[in-house]
Amino acid sequence: MKVSVKRGDSFQEYEVPRQASQTVLDVVMYIQRVLDPTLAYRYACRVGMCGSCAMMVNGVPRWTCRTHVDRVIEKDALTVAPLRNLPVIRDLVTDMREFFDKWARAKGQFSGSQTRSDEFERVPPQSEPRQLADAGIECIGCGVCYAACDVVKWNPQYLGPAALNRAWTLVNDVRDRSGLERLRAVSGDAGCLACHSHVSCTERCPKHLSPTAAIAGLKRAVTKAVLQGDL
Amino acid sequence: MTYKTQARLWIAQRASAAVLAFCVVVHLVTIIYAVRNGLTATEILGRTRGSVAWFAFYSLFVLAVTVHAPIGLRPVLSEWLGWRGKSRDAALLVFAAFLAWAGMRAVLGVFA
Amino acid sequence: MRQHSSYWAFVVHRVSGVALALFLPLHFWTLGSALQLDGSLAWTQQPLVKLGEWLIVLALAAHLGGGLRVLALEFLPWRDWQKSLAAAAAALTFAVGLAFALAL
Repeated sequence: MKVSVKRGDSFQEYEVPRQASQTVLDVVMYIQRVLDPTLAYRYACRVGMCGSCAMMVNGVPRWTCRTHVDRVIEKDALTVAPLRNLPVIRDLVTDMREFFDKWARAKGQFSGSQTRSDEFERVPPQSEPRQLADAGIECIGCGVCYAACDVVKWNPQYLGPAALNRAWTLVNDVRDRSGLERLRAVSGDAGCLACHSHVSCTERCPKHLSPTAAIAGLKRAVTKAVLQGDL
Repeated sequence: MTYKTQARLWIAQRASAAVLAFCVVVHLVTIIYAVRNGLTATEILGRTRGSVAWFAFYSLFVLAVTVHAPIGLRPVLSEWLGWRGKSRDAALLVFAAFLAWAGMRAVLGVFA
Repeated sequence: MRQHSSYWAFVVHRVSGVALALFLPLHFWTLGSALQLDGSLAWTQQPLVKLGEWLIVLALAAHLGGGLRVLALEFLPWRDWQKSLAAAAAALTFAVGLAFALAL
């Protein structure tokens, strides 16, 4: 099959033999190991756990190690490009710094108040806040949702689905003590209010999380805080 | 513009949307009724002129539109035209003022 | 990436919103002026104007449907059948458009 790989400003074509149960990562690895050692790309676990191999495959962000060629090939051809909405370091490798900077800007870090000498905080697993948090904490920061989001493309300041999803899990963490600060961080034009519910993030998330649901939760929390005069 | 103002604008947008949902349903029913029954302009005006209820309703409609349309356009201007900052917000304020003025002028013409 | 129903719902909602925002100043102005002059709205009987009216009503219904979808997504408890909301919005639009077309 013909594989077009985005390198810099142009596409380079490679002829790659098809194999049974071949994944797109297998294809990229074949190109670099057999055809062209200068190709730069990222992967680590290659079994769908780390998220490092995320790339655009035929225009859609996916984990290449979990994408079977048979499922995405179009007329015997494949297009592979670096993840969208991120600066490119080289070939298929993107600079993830902004992705994680926005995570920090959304106050996506836990901030507690207990020490080792205090009692454990009791958090019933079936309580509503914990269930809401659990629905979103499996995020591994792969960037697929960020690449899928058109608002990220149109609004460079937008914090993005992953950062906001993480903020929501922390809003629901009863042990966290920086709730208001976090709501302030996500309440501006760059925050949750910029989401237009395209739901592309939820469509593409390989872990089947729903940043759209998380962002809707943040919108309600921000509204409540503003109307109560807390913000 | 502070994040607080931005949040307030968003809330105003959603609140005016809820008001408009009601107003639009009433308006659509009214318009479809008028068109189906072949009401002429004179006949319509005969029913609307002097009606306090209709005047109040359409004044509310105009107010809700004045809030909703400019705030709705705001992200469209920044996301699709790259227009951000004070000039965009000032232009939207002018647009809102025009809608309020022209809207009330029409309401007065039809219902006063 | 953009082939799912929620994305189309967004596009329809935004385009109809912009169309309405462009139309409304004209609508307000025409109503205010024509009625001041002498109630003469005879030019509105032309077929092109009738088509325009139908498109505006369609845009209004589409925008309302899309708006109800957004309000439901943002303020009602989350369910996984959100896509049905996009379908419901489209159905509402179609129904209103049909009603108005039949009335014309």
